[in-house]
Amino acid sequence: MPDAKGASFLLDSPGPLVDALRRQGWRVIGPKLGQGAIVYEEIESAADLPRGLTDEQEGGHYRLREGDPDRWFDYVVGPQNWKKWLFPARQKLWSAERSKDGFSVESHEDEWPKTAIFGARACEIAAIEVQDRVFDNGDFADSGYTKRRAGMLIVAVQCARSAATCFCASMNTGPRAEAGFDVALTELETGGFLVECGSDAGAAVLDGLELADASAAQQQAGEAVSHKAAAEQTRTMPANVESVLRDNLDHPRWEEVAERCLSCANCTLACPTCFCSDVEEVNDLSGDHAERWRVWDSCFSLDFSYIHGGAVRRSTLSRYRQWMTHKLSSWHDQFGTSGCVGCGRCIAWCPVGIDITEEAGAIAAEPLAQEV
Amino acid sequence: MTKPKLAVWKFSSCDGCQLTLLDCEDELLDIAGAIDIAHFLEATSEIKGGPYDISLVEGSITTPHDRERIQEIRKNSKVLITIGACATAGGIQSLRNFADVEAFTSAVYAHPEYISTLAKSDAIADHVQVDFELRGCPVSKHQLLELITATLAGRIPRVPKVSQCVECKLSGTVCVMVAHGTPCLGPVTQAGCGNLCPSHGRGCYGCFGPKENPNPPALSAHLADLGMAPKQVRDFYRSFNAGAPAFAEESKSHE
Repeated sequence: MPDAKGASFLLDSPGPLVDALRRQGWRVIGPKLGQGAIVYEEIESAADLPRGLTDEQEGGHYRLREGDPDRWFDYVVGPQNWKKWLFPARQKLWSAERSKDGFSVESHEDEWPKTAIFGARACEIAAIEVQDRVFDNGDFADSGYTKRRAGMLIVAVQCARSAATCFCASMNTGPRAEAGFDVALTELETGGFLVECGSDAGAAVLDGLELADASAAQQQAGEAVSHKAAAEQTRTMPANVESVLRDNLDHPRWEEVAERCLSCANCTLACPTCFCSDVEEVNDLSGDHAERWRVWDSCFSLDFSYIHGGAVRRSTLSRYRQWMTHKLSSWHDQFGTSGCVGCGRCIAWCPVGIDITEEAGAIAAEPLAQEV
Repeated sequence: MTKPKLAVWKFSSCDGCQLTLLDCEDELLDIAGAIDIAHFLEATSEIKGGPYDISLVEGSITTPHDRERIQEIRKNSKVLITIGACATAGGIQSLRNFADVEAFTSAVYAHPEYISTLAKSDAIADHVQVDFELRGCPVSKHQLLELITATLAGRIPRVPKVSQCVECKLSGTVCVMVAHGTPCLGPVTQAGCGNLCPSHGRGCYGCFGPKENPNPPALSAHLADLGMAPKQVRDFYRSFNAGAPAFAEESKSHE
């Protein structure tokens, strides 16, 4: 019986684990085939998992392909990410009713059944931890987010391959998740799964499954899977990107990338750490009923920087620079980490394939001379 | 408090945007209760004179008569709001802006001298001051209700000028261009339709016209990479919002 975190076991297929979670009352959200991509939706059994599929990704390009039919997790990250669930695109915050002698306000929080996210990759766990620091920083806590996060269990899948857009190794966020999960699965080359228990909650889920202890050799085989995935990565983020961007706000490369940038906001909305939102008020025709909603926003929209007198970031150059310098540089000042986890979504889901590693690399390769 | 007087006007158009107002079935009685519908020929033959508090204008300016009539409407309207691609960008009929109208009339009509038409199909804002533009072909029922509700409440309507992509991402719609290679005008088009086409696996046709600071040349370069010939790229921008400056200019660079 798995009674301790840190223990490793073997499992033939993910099926019994999904079943055990559901038996124990967890809603399971996992990867599923939808709209020609891998999307994160509720799954009822392992039969819902997109077994046998793999993906091909490049700048502005994503295609699913038939892979080894026996492999369960040979695709990597897709268009969606877990913030879809933890930080929903649209959230009702409160509603108000006008009465004869004034008005009354009723706050609103959506229900959150206890939820297991199944198949989170190392970069995605790192992204959740980045958002944890945004939505609960000690002084301020977003009550909805913290409630959802508390009622959540993470089943990680250690990536067995990397897409061409992946660069987690250079961000030190993957491809192997060392912590931050309750249970982690590594699909071994010889078939079957190495199961790591990461928490007491994970141990409680594994309790009752018939698990064989993993040998030292099998644990090494699990590690080797991650080494292979890391070795496949071709994109890297310059190690000095934080300072190089801060020192090159007037670099001519910003103009060059602004020529290609559509300011469509896809990068920010696909990003698993981008957290900006707007609030909107709606009312009915009578004006007796009003609601406030929180909606995803993006630093690529004009209204995002609207202050008294107008928007301050009118050009695409200023918006792209704001996004990238915040993500890779000033995020450190604000939250103590990078805002980038190297998942590559902003590269793949940019309609014209702008590559954040290439842009950072271009500036790092020819930085402006600094005044002494 | 007296109810604000509303007038709905039609110029060169298909009536689809006015129809959207009648399509607000669940809310129509509330609208009729909140405002005095003084001139709305598609709904009622009862006509009350101006001045009007709110005028909704559908259609584009295509004849000398249109050109005079819109001036009168402007004079009689406190707030003038244009609705739909015809009124805000000249509509599909602005395809004439890229052709010789006299050649058309002499080819089609036995007596072209009876045809009184302008060389171009113009947006209403090309002729008079417009207080608010509601995009779309047709306009979205949701946005039209928001416009009416906000105008009655005295607040600015919430009609974001962001890209269509924002609507797709907020709805969880997978990008049809990235995931399937389907040409899509979404990245240069203003949101508002409820990502109707991409959510059905189709590329965006640009019904809501150019978004704020659009970058069509960057998109066109990618459309060429996806295999579109220059003529196809040109025609992609030339539909319901062909006359919108950002789309018109881009289409001309692929002639």
